[in-house]
Amino acid sequence: MESNSSAASRRLQTLNTHLRPASSSPSTASSSSSVLSFLPTAAQQNSAFQHLQQAPDDPILGVTIAYNKDQSPVKLNLGVGAYRTEEGKPYVLRVVREAEERLISDRSRNKEYLPITGIPTFNKLSAKLILGEDSPAIRERRVCTAQCLSGTGSLRVGAEFLAKHYSQKTIYIPTPTWGNHTKVFSLGGLQVKNYRYYDPRTRGLDFEGMLQDLRSAPSGVVVLLHACAHNPTGVDPTPGQWEGIRQVIRSKNMLPFFDSAYQGFASGSLDVDAHAVRLFVTDGGECLVAQSFAKNMGLYGERVGALSLVCSSESVATRADSQLKLVIRPMYSNPPIHGASIVATVLGDRNLYQEWTVELKAMADRIIRMRHLLYEALRARGTPGNWEHIIKQIGMFTFTGLSKEQVNFMTREYHVYMTSDGRISMAGLSSKTVPHLADAIHAAVTKKAGQ
Amino acid sequence: MAYRSRLAFLLSSSTRRLATMEAAGNHGVPSSCRRFSWWSSVQPAPRDPILGVTSAYLADTHPDKVNVGVGAYRNDQGKPVVLECVREAERRIGGQELMEYLPMGGSAKYCELSVGLAYGEDAQVLKDKKVASVQALSGTGAVRLFADFIKRFRPESEAYLPMPTWSNHHNIFRDANVNQHTYRYYLASTRGLDFEGLKEDLKKAPNNSVILLHACAHNPTGVDPTPEQWKALSKLFKEKEHFPLFDMAYQGFASGDTQRDNQAIRIFLEDGHQLACAQSFAKSMGLYGQRIGCLSVVCDDAAQATVVKSQLEYIARPMYSSPPVHGSLLVATILSDSDLKTLWFKEVKDMADRIIGMRTALRKNLEDLGSKQNWEHITNQIGMFCYSGLTPEQVDRMTQEFHIYMTKNGRISMAGVTSGNVKYLANAIHEVTKA
Repeated sequence: MESNSSAASRRLQTLNTHLRPASSSPSTASSSSSVLSFLPTAAQQNSAFQHLQQAPDDPILGVTIAYNKDQSPVKLNLGVGAYRTEEGKPYVLRVVREAEERLISDRSRNKEYLPITGIPTFNKLSAKLILGEDSPAIRERRVCTAQCLSGTGSLRVGAEFLAKHYSQKTIYIPTPTWGNHTKVFSLGGLQVKNYRYYDPRTRGLDFEGMLQDLRSAPSGVVVLLHACAHNPTGVDPTPGQWEGIRQVIRSKNMLPFFDSAYQGFASGSLDVDAHAVRLFVTDGGECLVAQSFAKNMGLYGERVGALSLVCSSESVATRADSQLKLVIRPMYSNPPIHGASIVATVLGDRNLYQEWTVELKAMADRIIRMRHLLYEALRARGTPGNWEHIIKQIGMFTFTGLSKEQVNFMTREYHVYMTSDGRISMAGLSSKTVPHLADAIHAAVTKKAGQ
Repeated sequence: MAYRSRLAFLLSSSTRRLATMEAAGNHGVPSSCRRFSWWSSVQPAPRDPILGVTSAYLADTHPDKVNVGVGAYRNDQGKPVVLECVREAERRIGGQELMEYLPMGGSAKYCELSVGLAYGEDAQVLKDKKVASVQALSGTGAVRLFADFIKRFRPESEAYLPMPTWSNHHNIFRDANVNQHTYRYYLASTRGLDFEGLKEDLKKAPNNSVILLHACAHNPTGVDPTPEQWKALSKLFKEKEHFPLFDMAYQGFASGDTQRDNQAIRIFLEDGHQLACAQSFAKSMGLYGQRIGCLSVVCDDAAQATVVKSQLEYIARPMYSSPPVHGSLLVATILSDSDLKTLWFKEVKDMADRIIGMRTALRKNLEDLGSKQNWEHITNQIGMFCYSGLTPEQVDRMTQEFHIYMTKNGRISMAGVTSGNVKYLANAIHEVTKA
């Protein structure tokens, strides 16, 4: 009880001072210590967490926080990858609203716990969506799927599963990659290494560097692959390059782990965007796939995703499924019901599914149009440099190639918010705001040193 | 056979691909890789002891089967319930939600309402803004966040869990790599609290240990300390400088009164403890599948609360980025509307009362059957669960002979007991326990 007594007695002294009557007549207690004294249950110790430092702002989510604080009427948020309409508004898909209505008006529905691995129909439909209707792996019942919390949750559960059960506890991730990948895998228990991916000189794929790094990596390691619309660069391998990558990976018995966050959102076609995953599955080998429905169904905040393990046999898939449960249970017990119910409703209804593909294509097309508008605007201003990568890259993001200083300049002078790696979310642009962005880029690129 | 046909398919579908392979010098690299499986050695996992009971129950076709396994509320018809206040909240938010990402720590409004409920609206620590709070994935997620947090920032502190406790608690601390121990809690001979054993064990534990406490309606035993015992424990915690982690999964559900069920927390707060609380709305609002909970930590001051919150968010980000929005909207809508809140208070009291009624009925039925055993604990214990005292062998007989499903530790979920099955249940218990 004597520990920290000096800090505590200081506090008591302060309290005493405040409690003593304001009048000058001396209180009967002339010594401050007799007004208050220690009770055995009085607070004494300092916090158990005194020593904590403030955690660094998340680089991506921190951008929106900064944007929200800005009062400028021309401010532009090109940080987080959430789709916006031409009017700059969030977009809830019509099919999502329809599905929601059906769920609410169905009084036979309840809010009971889902199974640990989530809604079975959701799992089946999700696997079918990424692997294809006629996937041999599904036909042969070699796929086990668990509903997880969007892409992040699927990756984390996959990482913990691999750390527990896979012989090689190392994963190779591309440089650069989504800012959260490294922590997801390292906290999941894997060692993280990198392979070359983006070539800043061409603003395209460093294909030779990638293959070299994969060839010189140890056999059997896990390899993270962005299924399409690489985040943050927007640079994807061509089908021919995918085949080359596949050969190297299979020849070294490496285990592919696909992150599929943009199926349908990249090209506008669900099948085209699944090409890489299906290529690997068709060769009969094993792989993991983390799916997110955040972007392609606009269900960001509902945290809907799925982790699929494509295994060599049905019996392995069954066992793997039981082991996935052991990873999930101590993390959050079972997944949230709302978002996955919406997805299952849409995917399971022919008409809703059709409508969804149309809305998806419209979103993808709008982004592609923004790419072209921005490219034209920079050309019209005669902005120095080659800006073709804006229309060559695919998906929600463009890796502009702008430096950290240029990014800071654009934020300061033009109230344009993006991550410091120069990544801009095309989904945050509209035909009205493209000119402002083009002005900002032009100014950043042409400003003299020291200005 | 499958290998060959796949190879044939690939060869015939693209000669260009074959040419590429040869050009790349891939001598003998098969286009199929069926020969190598990475996890053929993975063993089937043991079934979760609690959730496995429900699967077994569902598979049983016997007409009189009874599920008193998993702790989810059932009405007197044995059906799951969606509360009216929840349906109304859902109607109000339906079609309005924008589905945008929540911040990593979830909805701030929701968190504020949540901790107000947990600590009492008039709690000084709330007025002083000393509480760091984040939306979590129900109770499990809240405990897991805190376990990861302890591991990172107080690695020298080990966790003490009551014996017994919810089985998943052990999994959570294990997966967070926090060293865990148990302290005596349940006394089989009295089917009550082993208060002396509890105090001894907490005194023996090294100072500055993290002690997991069930705020009310202890799971699985239903045995809670009295207010006087809580006060004594608070004093002990001061002497040992232990850190209290309250798991509160049944606020309102235990006694029917939310501000009675959080008594233990309020006692500790009054005594100046800096505690943490893992809250769940699964049972008390019937929002099981929504995964809506809250982790709060009392800090020195507002500045430190901000720091701690940032670190909790930093743990959530690589786990699931941000929590799901729907459940937080439901809870926030209910707690911030005085009519809905009043309705909820009534509905949660109705649930608690029904359970208390079933306890009374079960005990009476057993006594009326002439059982020689002492069944007082059925009405002494509180909350969803009754630790019946049945042995694993007796539990097996309950299942095999009577098609009554419960966990092996003899835990009965009173929520699964109805006026329709209480006699049958009493009868079965009597049969397996009579000498």
